[in-house]
Amino acid sequence: MTDYDKYLRLDKFPLIWCPGCGDGIVLKAILRAVDRIGLSQDEICMVSGIGCSSRTPGYVDVNTLHTTHGRAIAFATGVKMARPDLTVIVVTGDGDATAIGGNHFIHAARRNIDITVLLYNNWIYGMTGGQASPTTPRGKRASTAKFGSFEPNFDIVALAAGAGASFVARETVAKPLALDKLIERAILKKGFSLVEVMTPCPTTYGRRNKPADPLLMVQDLKDRSVPRGKVEDIPELERESAIVTGVFVDVNKPEYTEQYAGLVEKLGGRRTAPAAPSGGSKTP
Amino acid sequence: MSDTAAAGTRTQVLSGNEACALGAMAAGLTFYGGYPITPSSEIAEDLSELLPKAGGAFIQMEDEIAAMGAIIGASLAGAKAMTATSGPGFSLKQENIGFACMAEVPCVVVNVQRGGPSTGLPTMPAQGDVQQARWGTHGDHAIIALAPYSVAETFDLTVRAFNLAETFRTPVILLLDEIIGHVNEKVRLPEKVEIVERKGPDAPPGKYLPYRHTEDGVPPMAVYGRDGYRFHVTGLAHDQTGFPTNNPKEIDLLNRRLVWKIERRRDEIVEVVRERCDDAEILVFAYGSVARAAHQAIREAREAGIAAGLLRPRTLWPFPDREVRELAERVRTIVVPEMNLGQMAHEVEWAARGACPVVPFGRVDGLPVSPAQILHRIREAARASGREARP
Ligand SMILES: Cc1ncc(C[n+]2csc(CCOP(=O)(O)OP(=O)(O)O)c2C)c(N)n1
Ligand code: SF4
Repeated sequence: MTDYDKYLRLDKFPLIWCPGCGDGIVLKAILRAVDRIGLSQDEICMVSGIGCSSRTPGYVDVNTLHTTHGRAIAFATGVKMARPDLTVIVVTGDGDATAIGGNHFIHAARRNIDITVLLYNNWIYGMTGGQASPTTPRGKRASTAKFGSFEPNFDIVALAAGAGASFVARETVAKPLALDKLIERAILKKGFSLVEVMTPCPTTYGRRNKPADPLLMVQDLKDRSVPRGKVEDIPELERESAIVTGVFVDVNKPEYTEQYAGLVEKLGGRRTAPAAPSGGSKTP
Repeated sequence: MSDTAAAGTRTQVLSGNEACALGAMAAGLTFYGGYPITPSSEIAEDLSELLPKAGGAFIQMEDEIAAMGAIIGASLAGAKAMTATSGPGFSLKQENIGFACMAEVPCVVVNVQRGGPSTGLPTMPAQGDVQQARWGTHGDHAIIALAPYSVAETFDLTVRAFNLAETFRTPVILLLDEIIGHVNEKVRLPEKVEIVERKGPDAPPGKYLPYRHTEDGVPPMAVYGRDGYRFHVTGLAHDQTGFPTNNPKEIDLLNRRLVWKIERRRDEIVEVVRERCDDAEILVFAYGSVARAAHQAIREAREAGIAAGLLRPRTLWPFPDREVRELAERVRTIVVPEMNLGQMAHEVEWAARGACPVVPFGRVDGLPVSPAQILHRIREAARASGREARP
């Protein structure tokens, strides 16, 4: 059993998330994964952007950095380059990572820097009241798509894979135990890893698109889930709405900070850890 | 221009951009994140070689927003971090510069100014970003900005920018312009420079408050995950623990402290150079490369019998208001030549508070302000105040 309390900042409770929000399920899955790996809390740096999902780090007792909208991966790149000893985990939303932050997302994947991105995809901008996101399905309503969205969506898994990620997976909060195993593998993977987590936003997505009941939304995620190898087995008509889960990419290739360390070594330098701050400070 | 970098060992010819890169290394730079843009790119190019050789980290990011984010992340992880850019990139960095102000993350942002607005004049000098340096990011905040006028001074002020950033837990902006960035001058770099490290935590982990309202206004800063310190950093309004708050009292305290911690110690930050100001009747206020022309102009004015002096701020923000005011009370006119349409002249006028007329002179055609142009304004000012040089 995971001792969740050990990793939580309980004094920051209650959570800001709405009742029935899926984000808490992801939080618990992250903690189970971290606990199983046995990382110390000091070695983890959790970085997020802006959004409901991006409020996750505030509740986790590790080094936490709540940045600007879309920029978590950019900040995380600086953390990882300065301190390759830290395990860097980014928590982000579909809008945060694929709209405003899309550029950082693909470039971090291209570099194959050792950052684990956990992308909560709820098909909507939750925090700001339900505006359309790059993943809002065609025909679904949002506060800025009153007649239903007609924009094509990003396939986030394909995006990450195409950009060069080492590990790419998708799971839903309807299968929390499968989810924590994927998160564990993603963190352990050397290189850029992405787990797309399908999670319900009953408040801003469900209300407009039905079902609005959180339990039914989770059931819907479960019903539509199809493991990667089984897509051919389901009727063709159901394939379009299927949520294909599992591991899509798991390859070994050179990681960015290791390559950089190799360059430093070749040049005869030594990768110096930044100095710890000294006690007193002098006035310039 | 004369050497201001303290007497050093070896004389070498450097551009301002090269001196900036060397100054950063001397100050202890361990992380650079940037995106190429003229006329700043040489800084990144030099550091892409110097940093890995010294064991530091260099990365070319995908854009300037990412570069600004990366240096903030690196600084929180314990690095001394810098980015360099020019106008369009400076605009892109603004949101995250505000984050660094709010979250109190030491870092240095170099802006080698070129003509604007928009893509403007990529290879030509300007000083059009001096107000953006002050107010470019949204919300109330204080900022420190320095502007060197020579290659040697670029080295010195780059070191100083790092030291001020670490002392005050704040981003510091170093405003070069295309002329300073690209001019080659003989300099002697010092063998050693004084380096300031950030104030470490003053309480054991668990008791440590990353945003404590200390007496000097600057909270002690731990390094992520080092020696058992774990803490939260956010751009949201936060209390002393670093976590978001809606408490009006806490928010008020934070916002005021962010300004106060810098403004109250402005005497430590503000540096001006006065040339022949003691008996000056016409004062020229000029900074950056324009101060080079002003230096020449006041000499020529003196030769023509006009008592001209130069007030040359090395610190633009906080603005040297007291230094201006003090001279405004003694001189007849202040001439403010700039490569913009009066951005600092407004500040000078405000600081002078009517004690004397302030005459702006702006040039925005991509060409440098010449000594002759400044001399012409000095002569006009002298004539207007009845102090015309005897024929
Ligand atoms: C630069 C900027 N633009 C816009 C916003 C407003 N904003 C905050 S969160 C958000 C969208 C969040 O959606 P998503 O990333 O999908 O996360 P969710 O809330 O659904 O978890 C927006 C547009 C902002 N904070 N900053
Ligand atoms: S608005 Fe949606 S995503 Fe945000 S907390 Fe509520 S349910 Fe969750």
